[in-house]
Amino acid sequence: MDNFAQVVVDGLMNGAIYGLVAAGLSLIWGVMDVINFAHGEFLMAAMYACYWLGSLAGIDPTVSWIATGAFLFLLSAVAYKAVVRRCIGKAAMAPLLATFGLSIFLKNFCLNRFTPNFRLLNNTALSGKTVNIFGAIAPVPQLVTALFSLVVIAALYYLIKKTRTGWAIQATAMDAEAAELMGIDTERVFTLVFGLGGMCVGIAGGFMTGYLAVFPEVGTLFSLIAFVVVALGGFGSIPGALCAALLIGLVESFAGFYIAPVVKYVAVFALYLAVIMVRPKGLFGW
Amino acid sequence: MFIWLGLLAVLAALAVIPGAIGNRFYAHVLVLVLLYASMAQSWNILGGYCGQVSFGHSVFFGIGAYGAGMAMVTYRGVPWPGIIAGALLAAAVSALISWPCFKLRGHYFAIATFAIVEIFGRLFLVWDWVGGALGLDYPILDDSWKYFLWSSDKTGYFTGAALLFAFVFGVVRFLEKRRFGYYARAVREGQETAESLGVDSMRVKLTAMAISAFLAALCGAFFAQYNYRVDPPMVLSLDMSMKFVLITILGGMGTFWGPLLGAAVLIPLQEYTRTYLSHFGAGVDQMIYGILIMFMMIRQPKGIMGFLAEFGLLGGKDGGDI
Repeated sequence: MDNFAQVVVDGLMNGAIYGLVAAGLSLIWGVMDVINFAHGEFLMAAMYACYWLGSLAGIDPTVSWIATGAFLFLLSAVAYKAVVRRCIGKAAMAPLLATFGLSIFLKNFCLNRFTPNFRLLNNTALSGKTVNIFGAIAPVPQLVTALFSLVVIAALYYLIKKTRTGWAIQATAMDAEAAELMGIDTERVFTLVFGLGGMCVGIAGGFMTGYLAVFPEVGTLFSLIAFVVVALGGFGSIPGALCAALLIGLVESFAGFYIAPVVKYVAVFALYLAVIMVRPKGLFGW
Repeated sequence: MFIWLGLLAVLAALAVIPGAIGNRFYAHVLVLVLLYASMAQSWNILGGYCGQVSFGHSVFFGIGAYGAGMAMVTYRGVPWPGIIAGALLAAAVSALISWPCFKLRGHYFAIATFAIVEIFGRLFLVWDWVGGALGLDYPILDDSWKYFLWSSDKTGYFTGAALLFAFVFGVVRFLEKRRFGYYARAVREGQETAESLGVDSMRVKLTAMAISAFLAALCGAFFAQYNYRVDPPMVLSLDMSMKFVLITILGGMGTFWGPLLGAAVLIPLQEYTRTYLSHFGAGVDQMIYGILIMFMMIRQPKGIMGFLAEFGLLGGKDGGDI
């Protein structure tokens, strides 16, 4: 029973973090129909930023997520202005491949500057602490990251559903041309959406550096999982992405514990393919 | 007719090049250009002509590589039966996985093909029968066509790569002007329209996929023979899949010569930057590669063929479609 609770708690914690990483991707995909292939490398950039803030300036990840969130908002908005915007509308796959180019650039830039070594922040405010949840042991850094991820996803959802800016985003997602006729500056909306998408991974990356080592390839797996989460959740649906992320977190931890650790991602991707055969547009897509 | 003569001329030129240069580095770059051009062309059948952008071709490439590798290492024989078996298996696997995937469109199709690469890559890492994470290391054998291995010079590989290139490009040239080629392009331009005119789009896509996978597996077998080893990260990775896509797009998707142009530009660039910029530290060549991709997508997503059309060098034809 303890094992079971442990597996569930681990799965949900990972799932919530996947949810935050995927929420940014989902937002961009939903509004602009662009897959940001550099999403995982944005996560890596946030983690490096947090790592250097921690090791050079002594700022704890529980504080530096604000800085990494802002940094990634800027980086992502600049990436939109400099790269993505210039290839939208030319060819269906151009934005995806351009962001793939960006991901290769970012990954190798960090490899070149920071070496391929794993870097882990020691002695953060939360490190080493654990709490007991129904007999399961949850490390506090992961738990805080997971809970905070849920808060950020909720805030993002609120922003989109309840604020004027959010309505502008929704209108742009439905029909950019019509939105423009209604006086919405869609160019600003797109920049904002890219910025917000980056901010989500920025915050996630800031918190994750508290317990996860950072290295140039760290984002690759997260971006693959985020793609699957978004496609599984359905086109641009943030609640869909969160449910899919929690499901994937659970499948990963169950397969890892009850079958074998090496097959956990195989199970995740196989689940995705199985669902997509029945519902080609994802669980919550239409 | 003209195109066949062109193909022959390219081959004849290529046949004399390695002897004329006799430099292992040049020979290596030439072999890679021919190999990657063939890979890109195999992808082009499905992605370019038929419009189904797959990011899963490293699976077929990997199956081909493992076919040759297992025939050589596990069964200690000659690679040929493994190459044939690998190519046929790749075609069968492609039909199996594309049946669900072809129901998906656009980004959903792309992500499903990523997922398949990840599944295969991770399974091969833990599958002992195929060598697991250690991979398959080739034994040291005499240089011969029997084993398709040469360690003393690159001439044999060069001839092999030229034959592979001629075969893949020949198949595509043959199909391009046949009914199948027109059907494939019709499906790319508008699946519903093509279907309304009586084209069985599923059948066209499956055929394109199977041919494409078969040829990609042949390239994979060559890759294994050339590198003297196979392991999962080498062949069954997303980066390898992206090579198929990017070389084709860099050259010009859905055009006959695009894959060769893409490989002829990208491979020498990569090999030279890796060699000459190494004192700037690791990853500089890949940074340039990333910048090149971004530049191409912004400036001319139709690739080099698009540039040629822009400068009026294709006699008014456009540079294909992406």
